Amino acid sequence: MTTQLVNFWRIPVSVAVRLPNILRPAAGGNTTVQAAGDNVGEVFDDLVRQHPALRDQLLGADGELHRHLNVFLNDDDIRYLGRLDAKVGDTDTLTLMPAVAGG
Amino acid sequence: MSRSAVEAMVAHCLDGYPLEACGLLAGQPGERTEVERVYPTANSAASARLYTVEPRALLRADRDATGAGLELIGVWHSHTHTEAYPSPTDVAQAPDPAWHYVVVSLRDTEPVLRSYSIVDGKIAEERVVVQ
Repeated sequence: MTTQLVNFWRIPVSVAVRLPNILRPAAGGNTTVQAAGDNVGEVFDDLVRQHPALRDQLLGADGELHRHLNVFLNDDDIRYLGRLDAKVGDTDTLTLMPAVAGG
Repeated sequence: MSRSAVEAMVAHCLDGYPLEACGLLAGQPGERTEVERVYPTANSAASARLYTVEPRALLRADRDATGAGLELIGVWHSHTHTEAYPSPTDVAQAPDPAWHYVVVSLRDTEPVLRSYSIVDGKIAEERVVVQ
């Protein structure tokens, strides 16, 4: 019961999310937005709640990280930190950048 | 763009041969863009047919450019055996309609460098001024 109360009242951390040019129109033109969550997946859920047009840019149809999107938690690629399960704190910055690739 | 920028791009492509090589361009965005910095990067696809700018190199270049009051404005990569024209893969994966997509062909004896915009799948060649 105590744990449930603690979780109920616990406020998720808010992290800064830096957006690349091509995602800004879907987020009100903002360069940086704040979103809440304890891991990257929850932060993305909050971002999509705020800006539904971001959904298909962030996640694939399977709900996993979009394969053409790079997400950095501070200096590190989240692919090496547990992907959407990567934990975030309120001093962290997530930087989103489209993959730059071709043939 | 400067001659030294062109030389840096071509040299990186030759260094990477027979694999494709790639890198990023920074400058002030606009109609008559000047390339002010070039960032040779690793090709994490390590392929003669594909390139992927190594993600952390992308982050570092973006931070460096932003810190200098610039923006990433494009990418260059080599075509080792085909002409300096965007491939269908290049068009399909072009992320930013404002970017300049530079292709360096190593097919012939002399490298050939050309630049393109790619907007909604449409390719338009851009004039490159080297000075």
